Amino acid sequence: MFLLLARGEELQALIASFRNPSLLFHSDTGPKLGSALPSHARWSSIGVQINLIYNKNDEVGVVLFGTEGTDNELTREVGGYEHVLVLCESKVVDGDILDAVQRLPRGTVPGDFIDAIVVGMDMMIKKFGVTNKGKKRICLITSAREPIKEPYEGTKEDQIDTIASQMNAHGMKLESIVVRELASNANKNIMDENDHLLSRFSKKAGARVVYVEDPTSLLGAFRTRNISPVTIFRGDLELSPRVKIKVWVYKKTSEEKFPTLKKYSDKAPSTDKFATHEIKVDYEYKMADDTVKVVPPEQRIKGYRYGPQVVPISSAELEAIKFKPEKSVKLLGFTSVSNILRHYYMKDVNIFIAEPGNKEATLAVSALVRAMKKMNKVAILRCVWRQGQGNVVVGVLTPNESNQENIPDSFYFNVLPFAEDVREFQFRSFSGLPASCQPNQQQQEASDKLVMMLDLAQPEKSEDLRPDFTPNPVLERFHHVLELKSKKPDSDIPSLDKTLKRIIEPDSKILLQNRALIDEFCKLFDVKENPKIKKSTRRLWTKTSSDGEGESAQGGLNDHGVPSFNSEGKPIVSQIGDKTPAEDFEAMMARRDGVEWVNKAMKDMKSFIYDLVENSYEGDAYSKALDCLIALRKGCIVEQEPKQFNDFLRQLCKFCREKDLASFCKFLVSKQIMLITKAEAIDSDATEEDAINFLVKTEPTT
Amino acid sequence: MEEDLDDLFRDDDEDPESEFNQDREYSKEMVVFLVDASPPMFAALDDGGDQHEESHFHVALDCISQSLKTRIIGRSNDEVAICFFNTREKKNLQDLNGVFVFNVAEREHLDRPTARLIKEFDCIEESFMHSIGSVHGIMAGSRENSLYNALWVGQALLRKGSSKTTDKRMLIFTNEDDPFGSIKGAAKTDMIRTTLQRAKDAQELGISIELLPLSRPDEEFNLSILYADLLGLEGEDIAQYIPSVGEKLEDMKGQLRKRMFKKRKIRRITFSIVNGISIELNTYALIRPTVPGSITWLDSVTNLPLKAERSFICADTGALMQEPPKRFYPYKGKNIMFTTEELSKIKRVSTGHLHLLGFKPLSCLKDYHNLRPATFVYPSDEEIVGSTCIFIALYRSMLRLERRFALAFYGSSSQPHMVALVAQDEVTDSSGQLEPPGMHMIYLPYSDDIRHVEELHMDTNVATPRASDDQIGKATALMKRIDLKDFSVCQFANPALQRHYAVLQALALDEDEMPEVSDETLPDEQGMARPGVVNALEEFKISVYGENYDYEASTKAESDAAKKRKAAAETAAMECAYYDWAELCEGGKLNGLTVVELKYYLNAHNLPVTGKKEVLINRIMNHIRKV
Repeated sequence: MFLLLARGEELQALIASFRNPSLLFHSDTGPKLGSALPSHARWSSIGVQINLIYNKNDEVGVVLFGTEGTDNELTREVGGYEHVLVLCESKVVDGDILDAVQRLPRGTVPGDFIDAIVVGMDMMIKKFGVTNKGKKRICLITSAREPIKEPYEGTKEDQIDTIASQMNAHGMKLESIVVRELASNANKNIMDENDHLLSRFSKKAGARVVYVEDPTSLLGAFRTRNISPVTIFRGDLELSPRVKIKVWVYKKTSEEKFPTLKKYSDKAPSTDKFATHEIKVDYEYKMADDTVKVVPPEQRIKGYRYGPQVVPISSAELEAIKFKPEKSVKLLGFTSVSNILRHYYMKDVNIFIAEPGNKEATLAVSALVRAMKKMNKVAILRCVWRQGQGNVVVGVLTPNESNQENIPDSFYFNVLPFAEDVREFQFRSFSGLPASCQPNQQQQEASDKLVMMLDLAQPEKSEDLRPDFTPNPVLERFHHVLELKSKKPDSDIPSLDKTLKRIIEPDSKILLQNRALIDEFCKLFDVKENPKIKKSTRRLWTKTSSDGEGESAQGGLNDHGVPSFNSEGKPIVSQIGDKTPAEDFEAMMARRDGVEWVNKAMKDMKSFIYDLVENSYEGDAYSKALDCLIALRKGCIVEQEPKQFNDFLRQLCKFCREKDLASFCKFLVSKQIMLITKAEAIDSDATEEDAINFLVKTEPTT
Repeated sequence: MEEDLDDLFRDDDEDPESEFNQDREYSKEMVVFLVDASPPMFAALDDGGDQHEESHFHVALDCISQSLKTRIIGRSNDEVAICFFNTREKKNLQDLNGVFVFNVAEREHLDRPTARLIKEFDCIEESFMHSIGSVHGIMAGSRENSLYNALWVGQALLRKGSSKTTDKRMLIFTNEDDPFGSIKGAAKTDMIRTTLQRAKDAQELGISIELLPLSRPDEEFNLSILYADLLGLEGEDIAQYIPSVGEKLEDMKGQLRKRMFKKRKIRRITFSIVNGISIELNTYALIRPTVPGSITWLDSVTNLPLKAERSFICADTGALMQEPPKRFYPYKGKNIMFTTEELSKIKRVSTGHLHLLGFKPLSCLKDYHNLRPATFVYPSDEEIVGSTCIFIALYRSMLRLERRFALAFYGSSSQPHMVALVAQDEVTDSSGQLEPPGMHMIYLPYSDDIRHVEELHMDTNVATPRASDDQIGKATALMKRIDLKDFSVCQFANPALQRHYAVLQALALDEDEMPEVSDETLPDEQGMARPGVVNALEEFKISVYGENYDYEASTKAESDAAKKRKAAAETAAMECAYYDWAELCEGGKLNGLTVVELKYYLNAHNLPVTGKKEVLINRIMNHIRKV
């Protein structure tokens, strides 16, 4: 796949091999994942989508290899290059490419990634020549398990060197993602040779090679957005006034935020083709007592709070008295790693590299990095990145020793807190806690076993869920929804994809394998709700203000702590309590001192049921939830509000299936809970048949 | 109905900005400081050979002053009252003997701290003996009970405000563990009984009474004589409460300072371990950047606060409208619409709070795996009994087994994140707890957030220069020389913030002179100038750069852009000289020149060259007029 954009002009090529479905995914989980290929295709499409969103002018092309057919210009011109198929010529990303990528044909014959790279390069050179240096990217996704053909002349290594020098000359970057499951039965010699060839690329052409094992990591490794990094500082790292090192500082991490959506205005007539539909937000400042007079901007002055006072300071004054440090990065000293605990890192991380092309600076950085590593030391710096910056930053420089011979050593820089930023709260020592809180030996052993069992970085495997290869599930989902909605505007929000589920839930396979161990752990530790305190479950869902908590304790306690009673001498219930929820609900429904109580009762009951179901452990709260559900159903029939109940039940079942609580749905079926029918309430949208079959038919069809 | 459900799923109390940048406004705190002013409090203490003498009274005032300054910055809604007991003069609403409530103008007794309060409180010690005076309040034969009176005054001060929304506390500073020691017989029992009853009454009204005992160097403060009963402590609690004997005053101050603030949790979360077992955790913000408070806009004429009114205007028609229910995002040339409910659903990838995913060795947690300040978690059995036990078991396993951390998914609705839970062993020294036991939740980046800068300047075909053993050796020697042995992460005050608040305080008190604030973050120049350090630096320099190295010239390649700029400036200067700019400007003939010609002038005079022709002409005219 290729891409290029007109302004920022960037090219990227992705060459993908899809010969064997198991190439990309664990074949033994194949049936569960459904067919592996469509799933993979979806990832690619998401990748394209991301490009589309961030860089509208990027161009993308897709080249497949290992395909049955052959279709590329080189074959036509010089012959050879069989089984390499140009799926899409390089062009600005649009719906066509997405659709094509989503229907990737599956490969059938061994693929030769070097052929594919050459075809890709040829496409890019023909289209762009030597222009757009550094913006042309080739992304190779392969399992690198099939043998590479012997070249007509020279060795494979020579061939790679030629390609690499061409790449350098044209300013192209190669990124290889090697997808390989463990324990595969492929030929080890071939794989080793291919790995060797790929690593030669990274040596000769600065290519990046990444190995991943599962679809989640593939998604994370598949870098689509290529931000051209900007330095935040270029200048001297001053060890002392006389000894300095020229460095550049970049951001190493920076949070990719959820996109900001514009507010939509429907005021423009539908005939207006050029309507922007945007909404401007305007702020006007008015005197607190005078709602008419607008105070013009020049008459406004900034006020800073100091206790109850607000102190006015004009911008000019502020400028005059502001703290104005000089731009500089100065060493304060070195200290032991153990003096800087990990949780003191305050912000996103910067990286210090020696000024590119400056050999002495590179050596100086390298010497410090290696000495720090050896001595277990870190450096403390005081930084003012820009002239005019209103504050200083004190932070810690940690060594980042490079293990690749063409990547220089560098430092990571983390911001440390100032005295004002730290709160010295005191907590009790664990050893000082009462005996009931201390795990006994058996429990401790079970816990040790659990920690070992849920090991995500087993030595023989690559590390699971490495941040570097883990995509942001929220962004992925947003882009997915965007694509769905562009095809069908009223699409529902789909539940999270299986591949992304891995990020938010423990691996069910491991849990299943270690069932016995987990069961023992659960048996040894006793967790129960505190019987003394009424559990304010609603906190999990909604904001409970502190007074709300007090209120929810027992229905009918007013501010003075005295229960209030209505005329009939029954306590007035204004909240659904934990003890007798169904009764509380009925009491609230029966209140005649305001219509809002009916709505409140229904609303509260619904959230109460959700809480019960969500928080139930192995279905222990199901029967209670059922009682509540029955009460709610009855109430809704009495009030002739079938929609309230029916919609709720549908939502609840949907919710349960999404959250692996399908057992609750089964439970409801067994108790014959059904929707409110037309016969029961005339407004109902459900027929008798619908009502009965509702739960049955919505059982997941796995 | 649809909306009701979505309301349920939304965590509306979460706003990442407020959570990460400042404390959220919880219930406010009302504190009455009760300071013993009896003569023993003024006894000079020998501070480990230090020349200047300090008293317990001074220590107490110092701590209160610190606390006031912290509160006015970070928690200005808190209300405080300062109340001395065992005083000669009396000043309190009930007109009780031996109790003096300190206050300043324009402030109620229990009120938010003001600049004036802080300022006057800082000089109270000098005038104390003269204006307030110190006496033994409880004497044999007299029926006065100043401790009782102090508690009563404190309770009366704390009468306002609901105990539901405020934390009410009385902090007693004293070095007398046996205030009724001088009294005998029935009078004593009677006094103890009434005092305890007074304390109990206060506690029943929701006021917590805390003691900040100041131990004398030679004897430990004995809680069991009176105060254990007064505070309602039992068994194990007492052991927790006893401060280590204050060997050094600094340590005592440290202990007091740490206990002045009540810890506030951010929220209670559930942590699901395996198989539906969930435990309860409280989260705390131990480290958050402190920023200058928010800005309030004022009318510069009256200095009265202004209120902002927001209005939505349709960009197409100019019509005023309500806040719209829908948002859109341009995609593939179309506007894709989202309702707010849909957006919150997209963001809500996981219900519940914290889900355990597994464990990894600490070596997997890289230095660049960081995005924001960590959050501290500590177990609680309040709602789910047994939480603490599981937490401690896991915590110990993690510390023991090759130092592991737990990987979990924190599904908060605004910012769902993968987090690392790093177990932290308790660290204490003589000044008390330095690192509390528990786990720190570190927010991990996603692959989307990590940039591969190292690869940007990769050398192709040649190996990158690496330091030789000799160079590394010189660097090692340097490190040994410039070693900050006792470095602690929070030893520096933020100079910008200190300056900001010092200025605010001066302005608030109408002072003319602006205070000087020292910048503690500057390098230690004297230390760096020591011969040993200078030599080590010099040797390192020679080993890396060689002798006679021209540091500035080494910047071998000025970037191409810089070269271009320089060349352009040179030609511009030359070309520029051909024109008589002043005359062109006077005669209004600048318009007759081309943009290229105009830029000669701008380039030669180091002015920006951006903008349309008119802008350029204006810029030139302005510049010529100024010159």
